[in-house]
Amino acid sequence: MSESEIKLRHAFARGLNIPEAEVTNALEYRNTKGWDSLAHMSLIASLDSTFEIMMDIDDILDLSSYDKARGILVKYGVQF
Amino acid sequence: MKLLEGSTGWITGASRGIGRATAVEASRQGATLILTARSLEDLAETAQEIESAGGNSPELIACDVSDDAKLSAAFKEVHAHTKKLDFVVNNAGILRDAFLGMISSAQIREVMQTNLFSVIQIMQFAARLMTAQKSGSIVNIASIIGRTGNEGQVVYGASKAAVIGATKSAARELAPKGIRVNAVAPGVIETSMIANIPEPKLQELKSSIKMGRLGAPEEVARVICMLASNYTSYVTGQVIGVDGGMWL
Repeated sequence: MSESEIKLRHAFARGLNIPEAEVTNALEYRNTKGWDSLAHMSLIASLDSTFEIMMDIDDILDLSSYDKARGILVKYGVQF
Repeated sequence: MKLLEGSTGWITGASRGIGRATAVEASRQGATLILTARSLEDLAETAQEIESAGGNSPELIACDVSDDAKLSAAFKEVHAHTKKLDFVVNNAGILRDAFLGMISSAQIREVMQTNLFSVIQIMQFAARLMTAQKSGSIVNIASIIGRTGNEGQVVYGASKAAVIGATKSAARELAPKGIRVNAVAPGVIETSMIANIPEPKLQELKSSIKMGRLGAPEEVARVICMLASNYTSYVTGQVIGVDGGMWL
């Protein structure tokens, strides 16, 4: 697992307030318990601070799963 | 102890009037500031006033908040400059008076874009930084016109009433994250915004102010700084009138 992948899992756990063991590729917005619109903002704050980026609003709205997050982060120069 | 000692804040529309007075007062209260306005030249005057009073040199960013691209660029610049944002003062605003039958749709869009859309967008941005630190204060500048209405100010009044609504809703959303959101509603304040009011109208306005005089930008600035600081740590979702009793 790459360093970025570890950081991503950590950011998801912190943002969604779930144990890191529960962070999997299957996480999806609204289909994952606890990942509602309020938690989404905490997740974005967590991703922003972890990767030191400032996501555009379109990307925030598009970030609907763990896999999508990975793809969006690549746009900001994060390498997996 | 100064009210804003050790804190970092962003003030929009900081080149003149209430925004400039707030920047000067916030610096006097110990804050490190990021200041934005359309003109860097005008902002430099604010910076000079701050520095000559012994304050920290502020970071200056030229930004027209009505331009999405420029606002987005400003977010990135603010983020690059500081990862910590303790307070934001959403002060940038415009006034375009016109009677109901004389309002163009372009005028509605222009006022709403500057006075409302940017306020919401900046709250979104601030909330992201503040959520990470689980604290922060957002102060939106509304207006007494947003509470009472006024002839010839349908669009301006609507934009400021909307700012009040946005403030209260955001306060509810962000309170669990430790972020406070309040609004200040100035009355008639001696700034360039009232420069075009005819003298008879100004006298009429003065007579409706219980304290019998116009307000100074500094009097509004002090209330803004108080709300920005932890001195008001249990205050959120409020609209504080600074109007000499005009609304009574």
